[in-house]
Amino acid sequence: MSLTFLIFGISAVLAIASGIVTISTKNPITSAISLVFHFFMLVGLYLTLQAQFVAAIQVLVYAGAIMVLVVFVIMLLNVGDEQKLKDKMSFKSILAICFAIIMGVQFFIIFNVVKTTNIKLADHASEMGSVQMIGKELFTNYIFPFEAISLLLLTAIVGAVVISKRKLLSNEELSLNKIED
Amino acid sequence: MNEILWLLLIFGIKAIIIISFVMLCAAAFVYLERKISAVIQNRIGPNRVGPFGLLQPFADVLKLFLKEDIVPKNANRFYHSLAPIITLGVAFSVFAIIPFASYLKIGDRVIHMGIAPNINIGFLFVLAMTSVGVYGITLAGWSSNNKYSLLGGLRSAAQMISYELAMGLAVISILLMSQDLTLTGIVEAQKGLKWNIFLQPLAFIIFLTSSFAETNRSPFDLPEAEPELVGGYNTEYSGMKFGMFFLAEYANMAAASAIISLLFLGGWNFPFIYEWLGFANGSVELVLVQLLVFLAKMLFMVFFFIWTRWSIPRFRYDQLMNLGWKILLPLGLLNILVTGIILMYI
Repeated sequence: MSLTFLIFGISAVLAIASGIVTISTKNPITSAISLVFHFFMLVGLYLTLQAQFVAAIQVLVYAGAIMVLVVFVIMLLNVGDEQKLKDKMSFKSILAICFAIIMGVQFFIIFNVVKTTNIKLADHASEMGSVQMIGKELFTNYIFPFEAISLLLLTAIVGAVVISKRKLLSNEELSLNKIED
Repeated sequence: MNEILWLLLIFGIKAIIIISFVMLCAAAFVYLERKISAVIQNRIGPNRVGPFGLLQPFADVLKLFLKEDIVPKNANRFYHSLAPIITLGVAFSVFAIIPFASYLKIGDRVIHMGIAPNINIGFLFVLAMTSVGVYGITLAGWSSNNKYSLLGGLRSAAQMISYELAMGLAVISILLMSQDLTLTGIVEAQKGLKWNIFLQPLAFIIFLTSSFAETNRSPFDLPEAEPELVGGYNTEYSGMKFGMFFLAEYANMAAASAIISLLFLGGWNFPFIYEWLGFANGSVELVLVQLLVFLAKMLFMVFFFIWTRWSIPRFRYDQLMNLGWKILLPLGLLNILVTGIILMYI
C-alpha cells in the first residue's frame, strides 16, 4: 500500500460521504459547509494526480470565494430548514434507480478490465499539473482561448455591475419623484 | 508501509515543534502587546506574575481554561464550537510552508527547516489558506444568533475577500522578481542586500496594508469595533473558545510577520554576516544563525504591528473599502505592469 493510495482512499471516501451530506441534509448551512469539506477532499484527489495548481485554485476560488458568497447569502436571508415535499415513487425515481444499477455494473466491468490491461501514463504526466507547466501552456499554445475567456469574464463583471447599479438608480429616481410629488 | 510510517514520523515531529513554537510565539506576543502598549501609554503593564510579569500570558490561559463555557440559548451549538477550531487551524496551517532557515545536512540526508517549504504551489498555499480563514469568523458571527456578531462576521468576510486581491497582486510582482514560486526560492533571490523592500517598495506597502486587513488588526479591526459592535464576531464566546480566537489573532500576526520578512525583508539573508562567519552550507551553526536572523526580523515586524495598533485610530468602513478597491488594487496592477516592463528591458 503506497502513500498515494492511502491519501486517495481517505479523500475519496470522505468526498463521497460529504457529497451525500450536502444533498441530503435539511439545514442549508450544513449543506454549504459540507460542500466546502468536499472541495477539500477533492484537493486531496488532485494532489494524488500531481495537479498542484488545480488543487490550490480549487481551494482559492471554490472554497475561498464562491462558497463564501453562498454562505453569505444563506446567512443574510436566514434561510430555515428545508420543508420536505411529499415523496412519490414517480417515473423519474424509478428511472434514476435503473441508471444507478447500470452505472454500478459499468464500474464493476471497468475495474475488472483495468486490472488485466496495462495503462501507460502520458509523457511528462507528473509535471503537467505544476504551476510552471500550466503557465507556459496558457501563455503560448492557448493564449487565444485564455484571452477570450478573460474578455468573457470582464463582460460578465461589467454586466453584473450594470444590473445592480440600475436597480439602485431607479430607486433613487423613485424617491426623487416622490419628493417632487 | 515502512516508508509511510517514516514520513509520518518526520512530519509529525516537525508539526509538533512548529505548533508549539507558534503557541509560544502567541503567548509571547500577548505579553509584548501589553508591555509595549503600556510603554506607549505611559503605564507599567503586567508586572505581578513572575519576573517582569513574564508569566502573565500563561496565567491568562489557565484562567480561560477554568472559565465556564457559555453557549447562548438560540445559538447553533455545532457551528458555535466549530468556528474557533477553523480559525485556529487555518492560522496554524500557514506555518506548514514557512521555511525557518535554509537546510541542515546530516550525512547524506538533507533536512529542510520547515514542514514543506519547497512545494510547487508555494505562495498560492498561503493565499488559499487565508481565504478559507473567512469561514471561521463568518460562522462564529452567524452561529451566535446575535446581530452584532453577525455584522462583525460579515464585515470581516467582506474585508478579507477585498484585501486578498491586493495582497495577491503585490505578491505577483515579487514572483516576477524572483522567478520562483517557492518561499525558499524567493528568499534565495534576495541574497545580500537585494531585499524586496528596497526593490519593490510599492509592493511592500500594499502587502503590509493588506496583511493588517487580513489579520483584522488595527487600524483595520472593524470586525471587532467595540463602539459599534459590542465585541464583534466573538461577543458570544467565553472560556477557552474565546481563548482560541484570541490565540488565532496572534498566530495570524506571527504568520503575517514571518511571511513579510520572507518576502520583503530577505528572510534569513543579512549582508556581510555570513561571509564574516564563514560557516559551511548545511552546518548546524549556519542554520542557527539563519534562524536567529529570521526570528529577529519576524520580531521586528510583530513590534511594528503592535506599534501601529496603539498609535493609529480605526478606519471607517467605507474608507476601508475605498482604500482596498480604489487605491490598493489599481496600484498593485500598475506595479505589476511597471515591474514587467523593467524586467523585460534589463
